[in-house]
Amino acid sequence: MKIFGEKGVERLLSVVAFSAISALALIALFIFIEGLPFLFRYGVKDFLFSSDWRPESGKFGIYPMISASFWVMLGAMLVGAPLGIAGAIFLAEFTPKTVMHIVKPAIELLAAVPSVIYGFIGVVVLAPIIREIFGGPGLSVLAGAIILGIMILPTVISISIDSILAVPVSFREGSLALGATVWQTVHMLTIKAAKSGIVASIILGMGRAIGETMAVIMVTGNSVMIPNSPLDSARTLTANIALEMSYATGMHREALFATGVVLFIVIIILNSIASVAIRKKVIVK
Amino acid sequence: MKKYLILFCFITAVIFFGCGKGKVSVTLAGSTAFQPFAEKIADEYMKANPNITITVQGGGSAVGIQSANSGAAQIGMADLVKLPDEAKGLTSIVVAQDGIAIIVNPKNKIENLSTEQLRDVFNGKIKNWKEVGGMDAPITVVSREAGSGTRSSFEKIVTGIKLVDKAVIQNSNGTIRETVANDENSIGYISHGILNEKVKALKIDNVECTTESIIAKNYILVRPIFLLTKGAAEGEVKKFIDYILTEEIQSMIKKDGLLPAK
Repeated sequence: MKIFGEKGVERLLSVVAFSAISALALIALFIFIEGLPFLFRYGVKDFLFSSDWRPESGKFGIYPMISASFWVMLGAMLVGAPLGIAGAIFLAEFTPKTVMHIVKPAIELLAAVPSVIYGFIGVVVLAPIIREIFGGPGLSVLAGAIILGIMILPTVISISIDSILAVPVSFREGSLALGATVWQTVHMLTIKAAKSGIVASIILGMGRAIGETMAVIMVTGNSVMIPNSPLDSARTLTANIALEMSYATGMHREALFATGVVLFIVIIILNSIASVAIRKKVIVK
Repeated sequence: MKKYLILFCFITAVIFFGCGKGKVSVTLAGSTAFQPFAEKIADEYMKANPNITITVQGGGSAVGIQSANSGAAQIGMADLVKLPDEAKGLTSIVVAQDGIAIIVNPKNKIENLSTEQLRDVFNGKIKNWKEVGGMDAPITVVSREAGSGTRSSFEKIVTGIKLVDKAVIQNSNGTIRETVANDENSIGYISHGILNEKVKALKIDNVECTTESIIAKNYILVRPIFLLTKGAAEGEVKKFIDYILTEEIQSMIKKDGLLPAK
């Protein structure tokens, strides 16, 4: 196998690497070319802050979708982050290694479950329960938040576990030797040392939650309105694009691409905040 | 070892891409109301004509019109009361008619709504089932997304509907049926052809949604199902459309809940 010398392999790898990056660049370019002209023609302010979405009469205001995306994501965080972090601490610090080596892959398997399956479970199990206990249509922000909260668990748990385990054993030994209990060691030392990883896991979870489409379409009910309570049904940005893209022509289609632009920007902002936050934490430590 | 690997790849490629050779394929896309019927008819047709592959895709009536226009599908399916301007350049033929059933959960005691009440329910003026003589529970309106043929037909026939903001939106006939089957307080509308025992069809102005009443033109919510082709249908496409219009298929359609074209 001496077809490629050192230089050849290097070049080949850089071509492959750049093709991956250029795919990203092309996607961004495409979305912006399709969406930006509309955004400026229609007016950024009207587009973002009007809550009137009636494509058939030329009204495109995506404020309800922005607020729905925000609330669903926040709800998913409230469900997923505590569960995920608690689970990670428990698995990393309180269970024997062998148990963790069985449970952790099992949790990671959750990530492999197709989102349509989560959506289906949400529709046939979760929504009726919500309807019976709290009333309302059942297909709601709450249902979306719970389903997404479960969907982000693998992300949150596995990254948190990795960062907790990355804390040097000598730290723990020192703390225990000073007479701290295991729990004191965990919450006063390990979590603090692993903070940046845990924050990263939550932010990656947020990214997944705001970008998820299929499960959300199935469980949130997709009404075009600003949700007033967790029991109201709502339509997220992703659902708006996916639901109507197949029908849309002309202005309507451009408006959906513009929705994509907004989503893109939101995710970029989120990630930038995340990476800045993580960097700061590391420096302080 | 490597030789075998290459051979294996080659064989796999032949299996995946080669089989399509020598076969004529016809693609239908559009209306989710007619989709299950088109699939069934396509199966029958392919059994009789093994050298033809017929692919049926959903997407909704607007997709049907679009893909017939763009050539993505040879035949577009649309179930609209009136074809929009974009379909002007297409050749259309009515292959069936379809009632729109107003459905509620079987646990709901309501049996009948007037057109007036129906309009107010979907407009959000009537918010509670007790206002139309039912239980004391808020109404959950379930509708299709903007662009759906069933929705635009429904709104055109009932007239004066400005869908309530709170309406839950589902993007196919099937998911509307599931939503209504799961929610005691909901009301939705679906193609008469895909009614089943999990939901209950309401009478509209005291007329039941049955094949007979639709044929007798007593039931108001009826729309034609169009097949659209770019230019006049020819070759295999025409053969398939003619096949749908044969006596045999038309009566099969009727047995399954749609109505014959004439």
